Amino acid sequence: MLEKQGKFMSNNARSKAMLPGFRLTMGYTLLYLSLIVLIPLSALFLKAATMDWNDFYETITSRRVVAAYRLTFGASLIAALINTVFGALVAWSIVRYRFPGRQLLDAIIDLPFAMPTAVSGIALMAIYAPTGLIGKHLLPYGIKTAISPLGIVIALTFIGLPFVVRTLQPALEELDGEAEQAAASLGANRWQTFWRIIVPSLMPSLLTGFTLAFARALGEYGSVIFVAGNIPMKTEIASLLIISKLDDADVPGAAAIAVVMLSVTFLILLVVQGIQWWSQRMTGRA
Amino acid sequence: MSVNAKDLQTGSNDPLWVRTTVITISVAFVALMLVLPLGVIFFEAFRKGLTAYLKAFQDRNAVRAITMTCLAAGIAVPLNLVFGIAASWAIAKFNFRGKGLLIALIDLPFAISPVISGLIYILVFGMQGWFGKWLEAHGIQIIFAVPGIILATIFVTFPFVARELIPLMQEQGSEEEWAAISLGANGWQTFWRVTLPNIKWGVLYGVLLCNARAMGEFGAVSVVSSNIRGGTNTLPLHIDALYNDYNSVAAFAMASILALLGVVTLVGKSLLERKLEQESISSLESKTTEVS
Repeated sequence: MLEKQGKFMSNNARSKAMLPGFRLTMGYTLLYLSLIVLIPLSALFLKAATMDWNDFYETITSRRVVAAYRLTFGASLIAALINTVFGALVAWSIVRYRFPGRQLLDAIIDLPFAMPTAVSGIALMAIYAPTGLIGKHLLPYGIKTAISPLGIVIALTFIGLPFVVRTLQPALEELDGEAEQAAASLGANRWQTFWRIIVPSLMPSLLTGFTLAFARALGEYGSVIFVAGNIPMKTEIASLLIISKLDDADVPGAAAIAVVMLSVTFLILLVVQGIQWWSQRMTGRA
Repeated sequence: MSVNAKDLQTGSNDPLWVRTTVITISVAFVALMLVLPLGVIFFEAFRKGLTAYLKAFQDRNAVRAITMTCLAAGIAVPLNLVFGIAASWAIAKFNFRGKGLLIALIDLPFAISPVISGLIYILVFGMQGWFGKWLEAHGIQIIFAVPGIILATIFVTFPFVARELIPLMQEQGSEEEWAAISLGANGWQTFWRVTLPNIKWGVLYGVLLCNARAMGEFGAVSVVSSNIRGGTNTLPLHIDALYNDYNSVAAFAMASILALLGVVTLVGKSLLERKLEQESISSLESKTTEVS
């Protein structure tokens, strides 16, 4: 109530006068945004638009490109799924349980955000290469961790984990346990409560976290190229293919692959927006 | 307080074996996926002893790469800081149409993969790009040179400060600014004496994350740089070059500086988050007391 009154008053005041600086800050914002982001980004779409349609289609459907797309999407999907499962457990532990080292666990989740991708890449290689810490123990069993799709999945899991945990944490904190207690008092056991109360209310955040991790994995470059081995048709991701097109001075080819990747990423982020809109409507109705 | 108590209650509702299993799996997963890679960097860097580690820094190319990285971050971070403050002032203090769209556009660079971020500048300034011919005729080189690296760094760190400050300033509202204006302060005075003290921890938070990304960016920078060692290499590019030369100790020694930067960033981030939380609680409390 009181808060609403406060807002009402300030709205009233604002309609009479404005704080200074709107033109300056807005003008600068639009100028800088256009120069750094919008104009260069439009160059990519214009380049693709001026390409001959047959060239464009041939580039993005060539066997090597299709193999790279398939690998990129497949590995990203698997990594995002792994992160959704383990990320949910980690988020649950941090929010719901109290144990020594909890705050440290919480702080370290952001490590992939803070660590440069090239550094993560060589670190993962030191662990999973055939001579690496873990890689050398798995090689005798015929498991090749680096220079294989598995290595790519590991790298993408590394960079995607914070997206799931950080999306789930606020949702778990909001789940204050009242509905769970109500369910329990009505005779539901813990398992029923989990599937009927907890999982449905976390679903939007789980989906959002999954999609964000997936979208991030699609574009990842630095940490992957070290562990991937970059063998054409086998372990070559789409980002790397863009670079090898550039190395061949095939700028239109690079732009074509990039436009497809970017369009898919935008589509995925649109889905995230949709999920959030849907979940707000659901909670609004409840 | 009450939320915490409830959490504890529900948490303790879970049987001990469930709690132990979930915590063990979480800790093990994070230890394997995150802590091990971090530890391995320092292990590999010091594998051949301290002398070998220190020797890696005496290389002329190493010094140049460190300088280049500091230069790129030193230009990108202040520019994005000024932009972030201007954008959040315009967005948080005024009502206008298309605000949601503007915020989405500011966030755009986060959605664009590093390689594509570099590629778009090649399409503008590269030899086959819009201004390529003109730039060459005037003897200006942007792509495969320092300006390209700086532009790519600005692009990938573009939203950091703005995205931190917009929600913070929206939450704080404009009442204090209105008070200052009505007491006769002008716009700049209001900003420096009223707004800035209120948002200083948020500014620092944004700058911290912006700087970590600026110093660590690899993909975008590698597209626009020539990969000629000692030429226009940043630290991450230098690591890549050393690693491909099988100079493992030097590569991990360089990586250890960036890993250390990452750890410092994480610690600073945790401290600042606590500070921001305290401040939002105390400002909320002071607002409620004012109203009542």
